[in-house]
Amino acid sequence: MSETATPVAMVNVQVDGEWKQFPKGTRLIEACMKSGKFIPHYCYHPKLSTPGNCRMCLVETGRPKMTPDRQPVLGADGRPEIAWGPKPEISCAAEVAEGMGVRTSSPLVEECRKGVMEFLLINHPLDCPICDQAGECRLQEFSVEFGKGESRFREEKVKKPKRVDIGERIVLDDERCIMCSRCIRFMQEVAHDDVLGFLNRGSHTTLSVYPGKRLDNNYSLNTVDICPVGALTSKDFRFKMRVWFLKETQTIDVSCGTGCNIVIGSRENIVYRITPRENEEVNSCWMPDSHRMNFHYLHSDERLVSPLVKGEEAPSKWTRALAGAAEKLQGRDPAKTALIASARMTNEELFLARRLASALKIENFDVLLRPQKGDGFLISDDGNPNTGGAKLLGLATGKLSEIARRVESGEITALIVLGEDAVDCGISEGALKKLEALVFAGILANKTSPHASVVLPTSAWAEKRGTMINIKGRIQRLNQAIQPPGQARDDWEVLRDLVQAVGGSNGVYSIEEVFKVMASETPALQGLTISRVGDLGLQLSLPA
Amino acid sequence: MRAMTESLTRQADSLTPEFIAEADELVSHYPVSKRSASLPLLHLWQNHFGFIDDSAMEWIAARLDLTPVNIIELVTFYPWFRREQAGKTIIRVCRTLACALAGSYEVKDKFCQAVGLNPDCEHHGFGHAPPTTADGKFSVEFVECLASCGSAPVALINDDLVENIKTSEIPSLVESYK
Ligand code: SF4
Ligand code: FES
Ligand code: FES
Repeated sequence: MSETATPVAMVNVQVDGEWKQFPKGTRLIEACMKSGKFIPHYCYHPKLSTPGNCRMCLVETGRPKMTPDRQPVLGADGRPEIAWGPKPEISCAAEVAEGMGVRTSSPLVEECRKGVMEFLLINHPLDCPICDQAGECRLQEFSVEFGKGESRFREEKVKKPKRVDIGERIVLDDERCIMCSRCIRFMQEVAHDDVLGFLNRGSHTTLSVYPGKRLDNNYSLNTVDICPVGALTSKDFRFKMRVWFLKETQTIDVSCGTGCNIVIGSRENIVYRITPRENEEVNSCWMPDSHRMNFHYLHSDERLVSPLVKGEEAPSKWTRALAGAAEKLQGRDPAKTALIASARMTNEELFLARRLASALKIENFDVLLRPQKGDGFLISDDGNPNTGGAKLLGLATGKLSEIARRVESGEITALIVLGEDAVDCGISEGALKKLEALVFAGILANKTSPHASVVLPTSAWAEKRGTMINIKGRIQRLNQAIQPPGQARDDWEVLRDLVQAVGGSNGVYSIEEVFKVMASETPALQGLTISRVGDLGLQLSLPA
Repeated sequence: MRAMTESLTRQADSLTPEFIAEADELVSHYPVSKRSASLPLLHLWQNHFGFIDDSAMEWIAARLDLTPVNIIELVTFYPWFRREQAGKTIIRVCRTLACALAGSYEVKDKFCQAVGLNPDCEHHGFGHAPPTTADGKFSVEFVECLASCGSAPVALINDDLVENIKTSEIPSLVESYK
């Protein structure tokens, strides 16, 4: 909201005996949660419409007692006296109102929750030991916390479809579904691909797709995130790892210029899954499936794991490889040397790459741009995550095609390639072969790496810290979830060592320091530190 | 099950201009939300074709700017709607309280015997047609109160309400619809 907007009126609400103020229009469930009272709920999701169908969020409510002339009756404390309603009310569908009262844990409320839990579990298969949702299942959690602990149901349970192959990336177990309709509403309201629905409504209600349709939308995995139970599970992740073993790291997606905020779930240096993390300014609570699944290459056999110097014993030592690279690059005609960096590198790395170029007096440098057709939602038109940083730090010069041409013609005889494949930049393998010096730093073997005089294995985005600037000019933070494989090192350290080896400036000893130096030299970053960027990032005002 | 599996002909391919005009007219009754025309269109369709095939759900969805899953939700909810052909004559025996007390279960069994159906055959809706004789002539099913409790037991045979049914009359009653 802009500062000039009319301030929202506040209303007084009594929550478990304490009077509090909330902006008009606040949902009662939100008001309770903001007051530190947890309200168990299934169907309610702050980003979706509110059908009020699960009844788990029942609370006792009251409205102010009124005199015959519609004035609130005030008690001894000057506060309105509350006439408590005879029946509980669902807090997800109610809005706060002046003088309202709510009881979130009265005996009646506790009784209601027990009843709702008992109903929800009547037909549930109770297969938690083999269910992959265990550990993050609302049904299990609320059953322990608010349920009865034993069933009085002696009848036959309704049988429903199991292991339904409902989409390319999703499996459905209809017996576990509690019919909250979150998935249906997500597909309708957010993904705008209304393929899910309830068939055979009644005691046989079955979540299903229309015959012949599939839940294949590129946002389908978000339904797995919001499904409160183990009904919808991800084919990629199910049965791979119990969720309580996962270490969670807050970071950002680097698959495009949006920079969706995410959580990496990893264990012992292996990434098992990625889930979106809420950021109202970037991705709300969602992310595209294609980006969510874009991490398996981190553990690919093609990862470069040790430094190499062509013609020398492999693997090489880092000290030798860095010295070897410096030997190759130093004392050359800068006009015949070029540097290709990547807009997939962090700001810190780009900043050091720029320093490397200055130390070698190279003027031919650029990054590879990746314009693409976005999807109008979370996949942006920019296939690079940090074009903003490359521009801000002066790496995006537009000289790439000229560099490629001059490598092809043999005018350029030495090339530094950071995190890209020179072949993607329009340079043929034949031309690469003829280069006198080719220093390559990257994470995966590609068409460039076999021709490199020196190969420097570096870290992927989940293996390092740093910052990037997204398509909207928001600076966001990468955090390290896992260690790089083998001898691979953090890119900024490699670049720093290279700068030093070619006789450049003094060392910096932490990524924070790199950021500090970079911020001091870059007006748009003035006053910032990595920690100030925070988990949700910061909007920059960038030069046009 | 017949049409619920595959059928070679698509009902939507044989719509007449009159049918479409009637559908348009129904839709025009709901200027605020076209979605409200879903049920009227389903009734129109079933009355016209005898059942609702997949092409029907797709056509109705497209006509109302919905997706087919929105329509199949309705078709599988209301036992009245079916995705396969029922008998030419549908016998609907009321089983709500007054009729049940007046012997509607026996009445239904007798109807089943008279047309040659297994009386134990259950029917839940979900888009299925009620149990139907092999020759496609008769379907028999239970329905809820037909609002004629004073003359229980009652049945609706196609559009005819039959009151005060005596089990002894059932064979001749069935005969008259053959
Ligand atoms: S599958 Fe999950 S999200 Fe969808 S209705 Fe069932 S419980 Fe809710
Ligand atoms: S959360 Fe309120 S009814 Fe489901
Ligand atoms: S109970 Fe049969 S008509 Fe009412």
